[in-house]
Amino acid sequence: MTDLTSEQTQALILRLTVLADDELLLSHRDAEWTGHAPILEEDIALANIAQDELGHAMGWLDLRKTLDGSDPDGLAFRRGPDEFRNSALTELPKGDWAFTMVRQYLFDAYEALWQDAAKASTHTPLAQAAALALREERFHLQHTAAWVERLALGTPESERRTRAALQAVWPYALGLFEPLEGEQAGIEAGLLPDPTQIKARWLPLVTAHLTRCGLTPPGAEPVARGTHTEHLALLLAEFQGVNRQYAEMTAW
Amino acid sequence: MNTAAESAVWDALISVTDPEIPVVNIVEMGMVRGVEIEGGRATVKFTPTFSGCPALHVIRQDIERAVAPLGFETIRVETVISPPWSTDDITAPARAKLEQYGIAPPGIAGESDPFVTLELSPVSCPRCGSFDTRMTASFGSALCKRMYVCNACKEPFEGMKSV
Repeated sequence: MTDLTSEQTQALILRLTVLADDELLLSHRDAEWTGHAPILEEDIALANIAQDELGHAMGWLDLRKTLDGSDPDGLAFRRGPDEFRNSALTELPKGDWAFTMVRQYLFDAYEALWQDAAKASTHTPLAQAAALALREERFHLQHTAAWVERLALGTPESERRTRAALQAVWPYALGLFEPLEGEQAGIEAGLLPDPTQIKARWLPLVTAHLTRCGLTPPGAEPVARGTHTEHLALLLAEFQGVNRQYAEMTAW
Repeated sequence: MNTAAESAVWDALISVTDPEIPVVNIVEMGMVRGVEIEGGRATVKFTPTFSGCPALHVIRQDIERAVAPLGFETIRVETVISPPWSTDDITAPARAKLEQYGIAPPGIAGESDPFVTLELSPVSCPRCGSFDTRMTASFGSALCKRMYVCNACKEPFEGMKSV
C-alpha cells in the first residue's frame, strides 16, 4: 500500500465517517418498522436491509480504525449530535411507508453508485470493502425501486403519499452529493470517488425511474451536510441509550 | 500440499457448521480461504458472507473452539474480504445438502453489477423439483435467503440469494 499524506488520511477518515453515520442512522430508522410494517414480508425485508446497513457502517468504521486507531463502538455510541456527519436525509423520522421507501430508494441508488465507483479506489482496503458492500446493496436498490413503482402507480392514496414523500425528501437527497470540505485531497489522489461524478450517474438513473412511475422530481436546492434537524438528538438518545447506560460493559 | 498439522486444522474446521443453516459446514460453504501454521500459531483465514450477518461472531468463536483441542499456543481467525465471498464458492455437495434441507441452492452469481434485474434464473422447488416457482419476498429469515412458493406443489420454501 502506498503511503498516505496526512491530508489524504484526513480525507479518507472524513468520508468513512460520513458513510458510516448515514448508514447507522438509516439502519435505526428502518429498524423502527420492525413489528410495524404493513405486511410480514416487508417487516422482514426492512429488518434485513437495516441489518445490512449496520454491517456496512461497521465495515467503514473498522476501516477508519486502521487509519486513526479510533474505536468503532465509541464513535457510534458516544458521540453527540454535533459530532455526527450524517446527512439530515437519514435522520428524518420514518414517516409513512411511502416516505420510508422513497428515501431508501434514493439513498440506495446513491450508495450503490458510490460503492461501484469506490471499487476503483487506490486505497486497496476501501476498494475491497466497497466491492463487498455493493454485492448486498444492489438487493436493496432492486427492492426499493420496485416499491416506489408499486406505490406511485398504485391507488390514488398511495400515489398522493409517494408524491408528498418525494417532495419532502428530494432536497435532502441532493445534499448527499455536496462537496465535503477536506475531501478534495482524497479525490485528487484517486482514493475517493468524486461526488459530482456520482451525481452525474445518479440523477439520470433516478429521474428515469421516477418518470416511469409518473413522478417528477421537484426543483429544489440541496440541503448540505452539517445541517441537522431536531430529530437527531432524539434518535441518538434511543440509539445510544443502552450503551451509555452500561458504559463499562465489555461483552454483550 | 498440506502438512499434517494443516490437514488436522482443516479436518477440525469441517466440524464447524453454519449456525443459521446447520446442515452445511463452513469449509464447503467457501468461508475458509486458507490455513497457515507457524510454530505454535495457527491462522485460519476466514471470509464473511454478508457484512451484517449476526452469525459471524458465533462462527469465529466456533472456529477457535474447534481448533483448540489440537494444542496450538495461539489460534488466530483472520478476516479476509477480497475477493468477496460469493455463493459460487459453495461446493456441489453443500448445494445438495441445502436442497435436501429445504433451501433452494443459489444460481450462478457471476460478476457483481450495481443493478440487478428481477430473478432471471429459474429456481427449482427443493420439495418436488418443479421449476414452476415464484419469489414471494426478496428478503427472508436470514440475510442470505429469499422466500418462494412452488406453484406445482403449493409449498412455500426458502432459496439462497446469488451473490
